[in-house]
Amino acid sequence: MKKDDFWQGVRGGFPVMVSASPFGALFGALAVDNGFSVFDAVFMSATVYAGASQMVGIELFGHNVQPWLIVLSVFAVNFRHILYSASMARHIRHFSAVQKFFTFFLLVDPQYAETEKRAERGEPITFWWYLGFAMIIYLPWQLMTMLGAIFGQLIGDPRAIGLDVLLPIYFLGLVLGFRKRDHWLPVVAVSSLASIAAMHFVGSPWHVSIGAVTGIALAACMPLPDQPEEPVTLENEV
Amino acid sequence: MDSAQHLHLIYIILAAAVATFLTRIGGYVMITQMKRIPPRMEAALNAVPAAVLSTLVAPAFVYGGWDVAASMVVAFFVGLRFSSLWMLLAGWLVVMAIRHAGIL
Repeated sequence: MKKDDFWQGVRGGFPVMVSASPFGALFGALAVDNGFSVFDAVFMSATVYAGASQMVGIELFGHNVQPWLIVLSVFAVNFRHILYSASMARHIRHFSAVQKFFTFFLLVDPQYAETEKRAERGEPITFWWYLGFAMIIYLPWQLMTMLGAIFGQLIGDPRAIGLDVLLPIYFLGLVLGFRKRDHWLPVVAVSSLASIAAMHFVGSPWHVSIGAVTGIALAACMPLPDQPEEPVTLENEV
Repeated sequence: MDSAQHLHLIYIILAAAVATFLTRIGGYVMITQMKRIPPRMEAALNAVPAAVLSTLVAPAFVYGGWDVAASMVVAFFVGLRFSSLWMLLAGWLVVMAIRHAGIL
């Protein structure tokens, strides 16, 4: 049963691994470019394990930014995970403390998205399914980081081989995957506009937190779908 | 880098790893302190994935250049019918065609 769950997770995570692999290699190559050794690059992939923030981290390190600011930026890019782990609590009550430790350590975007989708379909969230899904992403991530770091020079300009479009398109696919949820369109529209404005006026990486919090606040203020709402009168409107 | 600088980098990476882990467990720790989830918070939590992921998509569409925007539009329509691997392939083909095949 554990074994079946594990391999079901591995099969589910396989497409994620395929689409994440170019980014692992790209991270490795860019890390070497910014003064990391091959060991440093793999060490960061293995301990931080959060692609976008790793990219931000090496970029800032390459510009000799103060360490506290590097760590703060990594924290800001990953801030969305606080929301993921809050949302995950409903699904993993039956995990042991050690299992929860690994569950949260391995909590990357597609892992969260897939866990939520699975819960929405009413399928059980078992630790072994989660671990299988995670390992087929985590282990190749280390391997691709190493290969990217070793063969970094061969990748050259990532734009020339079109690598830069893969990340936003991948995230676009995840956004589309949630389109059946309540208030999906207003949340997506408001988060998008807020992040575009924040990118312009505040700058990266804060556009992530600002855009996300705006959309979430909107969802919290919208009429609740399950209960009949009180008729809205003009006095109630702001 | 000399060995002192290298050790310095290792400390930065470890601090980044701890900061990342705190974001990954922080929400869980906060929410388990509460007795039950209020409906408004439930609605907010349901909106988290779309809200966060939109912030990783929209700025790339607006500030990423017209070739990236064009490939994202194509990927969007592919994504209405097909899986994300087909989206990636379609978007990649579009951006490569624009950049290398002289399509203007």
